[in-house]
Amino acid sequence: MLSFITPELIFHLGIIVAAFFALQIAAAGLVYMERKVAGLIQQRYGPYLVGPLGLLQPLADIVKLVFKEELRPKAADKILFYLAPILSATAAFAAFAVVPFGADTDFSWVAKIPFVTSLTGFTGLSHPIHLAAADVNVGILVIFAITSMGVYGVVLAGWASNSKYSLLGGLRSSAQMISYELAYGLAFASVIMMAGSLSIREIVDQQAGYWFGFIPKWYGIFPQFFGFLIYMIAGIAETNRAPFDFPEAEQELVAGYHTEYSSMSFALFFLAEYINMVTVAAVATDLFLGGWHGPFLPEWLGWIWFFVKVFLILFFYIWMRWTLPRYRYDQLMEFGWKWLLPAAVINLLVTAGFVIYLGW
Amino acid sequence: MHALLFWIFAAVAIVASLLVVGQRNPMHSVLLLIGSFGALSGLYVLLGAPFVAAIQIIIYAGAIMVLFLFVVMLLNAASEDPVTGYHARLIGGAGPRRLGAVLSLGLAIELFWALRNLQTAPLASGDQQPPATAVYDIGLRLFQNYAFAFEATSVLILVAMVGAIILARRERA
Repeated sequence: MLSFITPELIFHLGIIVAAFFALQIAAAGLVYMERKVAGLIQQRYGPYLVGPLGLLQPLADIVKLVFKEELRPKAADKILFYLAPILSATAAFAAFAVVPFGADTDFSWVAKIPFVTSLTGFTGLSHPIHLAAADVNVGILVIFAITSMGVYGVVLAGWASNSKYSLLGGLRSSAQMISYELAYGLAFASVIMMAGSLSIREIVDQQAGYWFGFIPKWYGIFPQFFGFLIYMIAGIAETNRAPFDFPEAEQELVAGYHTEYSSMSFALFFLAEYINMVTVAAVATDLFLGGWHGPFLPEWLGWIWFFVKVFLILFFYIWMRWTLPRYRYDQLMEFGWKWLLPAAVINLLVTAGFVIYLGW
Repeated sequence: MHALLFWIFAAVAIVASLLVVGQRNPMHSVLLLIGSFGALSGLYVLLGAPFVAAIQIIIYAGAIMVLFLFVVMLLNAASEDPVTGYHARLIGGAGPRRLGAVLSLGLAIELFWALRNLQTAPLASGDQQPPATAVYDIGLRLFQNYAFAFEATSVLILVAMVGAIILARRERA
């Protein structure tokens, strides 16, 4: 009985729980970071009253959101109105499940801690543990599938609220996601062709090592530099961030698709947006920036490199938001279809040519 | 465990598909169809075909249904009302209904016959990993063995697209 509870399973569950909470903390930290960086860029302080340096501000915000009243417009579609934020948040969390954030790690050293073996009977692990909630051999496709599910949360919120601002936000969102998903997918496809694998772990491992001894062999540096650019632009559009934040353009749509939401259902949308940012940054790190590979650190500490890279991309995200003004809607569509998509197709063709004729 | 998951996914797929037809609200129909696709994708995973499962979600649930939703929202069709008039009688009149009943009876008999003669495939156990080259194999099959069918399908889709553009285009006065 209970023989299926192996030490491997317990460590794996530990990783899953850790990833789950790390995501939530990352989202809270990101809100703080966003406000602080915004303050820096706009030459003001940002939050500084709650806790040292305003560090407890996200906590205060969460408490406020939890205790607010949950409102629902009378004419809203009752089921879908509540389903929408749940869908958004679930998709955001689920997408991160297949993103590996470190090399397979052997946790057998835990047995060397005094009393661990005598208390629990733990002597070592039969195989290293994957540092990901799930190790799927079609990982990239799963990420792509789940992120494309996330749009339903936004669209349904827009429709179910039965308000014209929400509806317009939802419509804009679905049009934008369809337009940019193509370039996003083609950037993925170029990397898949280079690596010859759909497993993110294998793709990361192919980026180990250096060109000429000092330039990291990351796909984002060479040969997929343009793929990386296309991925980042499409990724910003997919997560509805400035300068592509049309679904919630304040000046035109109040708050877009979540205009009618309050309290925790609003918080779920907010959470989903920030977790999606983290996922896009994490996938960019894995596919284009060598994941957990980096100098100075041994491989089992590679997750530190991973977090540093993700942090830098997220900083870049926020920097973009407070620097660039929003596009016009027709410019967004024109850019997506007439520039980004052809660029992605050309990138894919050139990559395919290199793979076939130079055997990369 | 696998048998249990199979029955859950199968039940969800069938019930959701039936409800798609039964719903008056087009928005709910679209969502139920997405649920049905999700259950189908689960069945593919059980069959040891994760690639097909992911593609099913990406293409059907992720791309096509978003377009459906977009159109439903754009037209803001509240609910389907029974249509009246000549065209409605042409589709929903007494004669077509009887024909429909006969056809559906034929389909039911055919299904019954097909299921009786079906040879049950062994259920793939989830423990065994599908071969790493599954995607490679699918690619080879598509572009070598079934190249004609593949190209013919893509031409068909192109024709449909051109047709849609011509139908939707307004003549300039």
